[in-house]
Amino acid sequence: MRGFRGMLVGLAAAVGVISGAQAQTQTVEIEYWQYVFDARIKAMDELIKRFQAANPNIKVKHTTFPYADYQTKIAAALPAGQGPDVVQLFYGWLDNFVAAKFIQPLPKDAFPPAMIEKDFYPIVSAMKRDGEYYGLPTAVRSLALFYNKKLFQEAGLDPAKPPQTTDELLEAAKKTVKRDGAGNLLSEGITLDFPGQDYHWWREVLLRQNGGAPYSDDNKKVTYDSEAGAKSLTWYADLQKVHKVGQAGFMDEGQAAFRAGRAAMTIDGSFRLGAFGNIKGFEWGVAELPAGPDGKRFNFASYWVNAITTKATGEKLEASKKFLAFVTTPEAMQVWLDAVGELPARKAAAETDKNLSHPIYGPFLKALNYSNATVFVDEAGQRQVALDLANRVLIQNQDAKAALAEAAKAEQAILDRFYAKK
Amino acid sequence: MTDQALDHVARGGFWRGLSLRRKQVVWAWGFLAVPILFYALIRFYPTGEAFYISTTNWNLLTKPGFVGLANFKRLLGDPVFWQVFRNTVLYLVIGTPVSLLLAFTIAYHLDRVRFMHGFIRALYFLPFLTTAAAMAWVWRWFYQPVPIGLFNQVLSTFGFPQQPFLRSTTQSLPSVLAPAIWAGLGFQVVIFLAGLRAIPTTYYEAARIDGVSDGTILRRITIPLLRPTIIFLVVFSSIGFLRIFDQVYNMTSGDPGGPLNATKPLVLMIYQTAFSSFDMGYAAAQTVVLFLALLAVSLVQLRLLRDR
Repeated sequence: MRGFRGMLVGLAAAVGVISGAQAQTQTVEIEYWQYVFDARIKAMDELIKRFQAANPNIKVKHTTFPYADYQTKIAAALPAGQGPDVVQLFYGWLDNFVAAKFIQPLPKDAFPPAMIEKDFYPIVSAMKRDGEYYGLPTAVRSLALFYNKKLFQEAGLDPAKPPQTTDELLEAAKKTVKRDGAGNLLSEGITLDFPGQDYHWWREVLLRQNGGAPYSDDNKKVTYDSEAGAKSLTWYADLQKVHKVGQAGFMDEGQAAFRAGRAAMTIDGSFRLGAFGNIKGFEWGVAELPAGPDGKRFNFASYWVNAITTKATGEKLEASKKFLAFVTTPEAMQVWLDAVGELPARKAAAETDKNLSHPIYGPFLKALNYSNATVFVDEAGQRQVALDLANRVLIQNQDAKAALAEAAKAEQAILDRFYAKK
Repeated sequence: MTDQALDHVARGGFWRGLSLRRKQVVWAWGFLAVPILFYALIRFYPTGEAFYISTTNWNLLTKPGFVGLANFKRLLGDPVFWQVFRNTVLYLVIGTPVSLLLAFTIAYHLDRVRFMHGFIRALYFLPFLTTAAAMAWVWRWFYQPVPIGLFNQVLSTFGFPQQPFLRSTTQSLPSVLAPAIWAGLGFQVVIFLAGLRAIPTTYYEAARIDGVSDGTILRRITIPLLRPTIIFLVVFSSIGFLRIFDQVYNMTSGDPGGPLNATKPLVLMIYQTAFSSFDMGYAAAQTVVLFLALLAVSLVQLRLLRDR
């Protein structure tokens, strides 16, 4: 009995060796984590299917978690030696993940920095620490000006010619705003929504167009408490206070006002395309964010990156490298664009003639060449500082300079606390 | 085999050697052990852990490092904390008396209504059954500026200027408090009604024979005899207002805690510090402060309960 079983085992092992030798190595399983968002899951499932077809000896296990638990799960799993080999994380979390030794630098043989800098959009540099890249995005997002063609037409504006500069934007807003006899706002010229995307618009676009910069080059110092800061913030607040072309909190949210046809213009991200796609009552268009007084354009881009965790070693590391390389190919980016609506992170994949001339994707894609990605150390905390800044100016009628000084002090404390710990 | 058998005999012998009374004690403790263990494990252990975490700089991702009382020192110097502390106290000192006064007035009059009594009582109780989040969103829309906001529509119809409500640093706290009071009202009314019904009618008959006025009856009979009910409701609603969260979070999501933290209660600050900024040590320090505040309030109220 025992002898017979032994023979069988031996035979099976021999067959295994032979067939294994044919497939070069045995099957390696790696785990991939991302948060729950239907379109992203479908896109990733499709990518995994294609990857496994091309690499039959690698199996990718796709695990997802609700967004609210996502970081907590990663933090619990990785120190215990569990969890993903390749993980998706928000670019703003990078420093925390590197400090916690959750992710490793991308191996330079598979991902040479020179290649990354040549092929990807410059915003990817936010993933670089001490000359090494820690993650690569499949897709990125940027901001654009959404405008309601119907309201433009009613106001006598050409719906094919959205405003190109901030001055033109103000003029268009003045023409499209509607008020009743008592002065109550009925429809906005442009939405004012700092909790939406306006805080990015002010910090990365309006501020820079006035010659300022939000942070020092090493991101350790807040630098918006400046002439440019005051000028840009005043311009923004005057939309409500002086020109009365919009009002923070109107229809609760800027995107809600726009969707209801009660705002002629709003500034929002490419991730809003899905929601605005359901609008039935009017036609809308997308334009690049208006240029500043000196004609300069800026934009804010953000993205999720894929990184290799410190858990992946040996053959799992090799498999992870292959997988990461695959999900950042132009092919994968096109799959992602079609399924999720997020923009390709590689220039070559993004700037095809078809994509650039696309009336909706075009403006977002052009913006990627002049976008900045803010480096956050505590995204929620820094966002709160920005919201307070806007409220001081809009609600408390504080002078822009004083409000900026207070905000800079609060945000500097957040930055100092973070960099002191490292 | 032998070991097991011996053990069995010994245990049987021990059990048989006990008196009936002792057996009952053992049984009682046996049953009590379950909730005690449960409490120790899911209540006391995490509470102790929170005290420990409050002395570290744990950020969820890296190993916690001991920082002593640094988190508490930071808390004392944090203007947001004092603002939030003030808000929490305001929720308590406005919310509790206003809701109790309203509930008592309604219950006192409802007690005398015979016509559709049950139906009216059900109407008052209904908001208590509603999900706080859903209710908060409806009220959030009530407070919006004109095209969608009900209150502002009414105001402008009568020619009054629009009010910012939730978008104001002064009006937002009462605006958030109103639906919270309204939602708890039904419960308090029902408890008050039960309390009123429990007062023996003989007292009232005697008072009426003596020709005492309604006001005196209220002051001398009804309220003193309602004392246990009132104390229960004070304790209950105080704890509720100290822990207010759902209404605030849902009515001000986007800028959680209202403009310039005007409506942010301590619980929301803890939530944000822990699960948005992942500053676990600092959040634990805030939790310890909330724990001490709740403990102090409860102790004071328990003392009031004792000298009945």
